[in-house]
Amino acid sequence: MAALLEVKNLVKKFKTIVAVNSTSFSVEQGVCFGLLGPNGAGKTTTIEIIEDVIPPTSGDITYKGKPRTASFKDEVGIQFQTTSLLSFLTVRETLETFQSLYRHTTGIDYLVELCHLGEFQHQYNDKISGGQRQRFLLAMALINQPELLFLDEPSTGLDPQARRNLWDLIQQIKREGKTIILTTHYMEEAQSLCDEIAIMDYGKIIARGTPQELIKQYSPEMTVILPTSSLGHALDRLPLPYQAVNDNVEIKTSDVNSCLNLLISQNADLSDLTVRSPSLESVFLNLTGRQLRE
Amino acid sequence: MSFKRFWTMFKARNREFFRDRAAFGWNFLFPFLIVAGFGVIFGAKTHTEYKIGLFPHETVVVTPAETRIPDGLREERYLKFIGIPTKVQGLDKLKHHKIDFLLKLGNPPYEYYVSDASPKGYAIEQMFKASLIPPDFKIGAQKKEIQGTAIRYLDWLFPGILAMNMMFSALWGVGYVVVRYRKNGVLKRLKVTPLNAFEYLTAQALSRIFLLMFTLVVVWLGCDFIFSFTVLGSYVDLILIFFLGSTSLTALGLVLASRGTSEEFTTGILNFISWPMMFLSEVWFSLEGAPQWVKAAARIFPLTHILTAVRKIMHDGAGLIDVSVEITILALMTLAFLGLGAVMFSWNK
Repeated sequence: MAALLEVKNLVKKFKTIVAVNSTSFSVEQGVCFGLLGPNGAGKTTTIEIIEDVIPPTSGDITYKGKPRTASFKDEVGIQFQTTSLLSFLTVRETLETFQSLYRHTTGIDYLVELCHLGEFQHQYNDKISGGQRQRFLLAMALINQPELLFLDEPSTGLDPQARRNLWDLIQQIKREGKTIILTTHYMEEAQSLCDEIAIMDYGKIIARGTPQELIKQYSPEMTVILPTSSLGHALDRLPLPYQAVNDNVEIKTSDVNSCLNLLISQNADLSDLTVRSPSLESVFLNLTGRQLRE
Repeated sequence: MSFKRFWTMFKARNREFFRDRAAFGWNFLFPFLIVAGFGVIFGAKTHTEYKIGLFPHETVVVTPAETRIPDGLREERYLKFIGIPTKVQGLDKLKHHKIDFLLKLGNPPYEYYVSDASPKGYAIEQMFKASLIPPDFKIGAQKKEIQGTAIRYLDWLFPGILAMNMMFSALWGVGYVVVRYRKNGVLKRLKVTPLNAFEYLTAQALSRIFLLMFTLVVVWLGCDFIFSFTVLGSYVDLILIFFLGSTSLTALGLVLASRGTSEEFTTGILNFISWPMMFLSEVWFSLEGAPQWVKAAARIFPLTHILTAVRKIMHDGAGLIDVSVEITILALMTLAFLGLGAVMFSWNK
């Protein structure tokens, strides 16, 4: 399938800091592409360059096979990580205002229903809750029937219910066939929404693939967890590499059956045993390290 | 240029202005309060009052006819006599310019005190000395009065207050607001839409000009209803000058709005421009008699030319031809500010 968006050798320098370091990737039509990375990895800078908010130091960006033209702004929808809006306008008036800035638009009533804005559509846009605000900003990003949608950390700061609600909404938008570029540092969000993921660190893309491919390649092992007390004296003669975490013992293994048989042979009590499947989070931590970035 | 996008931003900005009740009310209340305040303070009086302290006098209120002061002084106009119990209190008031002249009640030879640093004190001293000369020894002089209606201080001040309000509203309403929008990300959000900088800035400027003119008309009508201002020239000419003035001040606001994300820095720049403009443009007092360089410096401000033209129309009955110099300067300033603002404008920084 032809790439809707292609980024080649993108570089962005802020004085002596290289925020984006020769990054290249492409996004196919209809795909939800996730850009993951720790804080300061260069995710937001990368997508703000693509959105034409800031200019690149060097590199090429093509949309539908050609450099972006003035019509690019008419065809993309953007939800920034943080943004303020025109003051003293209600939610509905703000949507109407932004609707008037585009040529092809979606009906306000449809967006109100899609994003569940009905109960607060007549409130001022700065007098709504965090969850309501994110749904409203998503509606704003959809106002021009975009072919390509940018969502920059859309669920940051939301409670679990509001986050799940937003994910359902994004899933619905995905089903409509829109191409989405999503940045997040919630691994669960990426695993739930993204068809393809690029992990970024220090301005570079360090891994890329579907969530399953990344897990298989970078974190193939399961984790067997059981309380230290369940092993008793067997812990001293356990013939497996393990890690003590709080009051538990964690054993990494690619063969769970053999591991369990070994534990049974050591008379371990398996009543409180837990087996954790590999996830994007372990991929992320394996690739970007566990040290605190901020 | 899309008219639809321009109109959308124009309406949004106007809604913001009219719905921000506090700022909206203040825009009308501020000039009205100043004019009303000065109206109460000065009333219909247009003269300067000289204050003469008399001691020893137990009460503040003095009846000149019953006090022992020279007859000539008693009959002078524009003098206000204030009773003071002791000499020490009188000297203290003189030192702090609360009175202009201090006289001991009694018979000749009189005892008086005056500050060398007080021009008013000097004037009263001359009046006092003249009052001591017997009528037979005075040299005659023929008095001729000027013709026409006198201009009250309030008539002179009123256009200054309106123009000053216009200046603050234009500079802060455009300069400060756009910088705030840049800082909090509103401009960034607008930048990623098809709206272009020209459409956005035109909408901001025309919205502000519309609001300035609307405020001007409402405040004028309100104040005129109470104070009855005299306008010798044409109201249409006045409106045209105010319109041109609001355009040039708004264009200056656009220059200030063109860059920057720091509200504190922008506040400093706004104060740096608006305060000298307010004091040197003859809003409150005339620069007649000020050094030539001060008068020259005042001419760099659009407010100076607005007020010169408005006062000529209002008080001298001048027409647009008579104020063509001011019109030309304001038009050139407007074009220069608009050009500079457009070249410098950035959505992000």
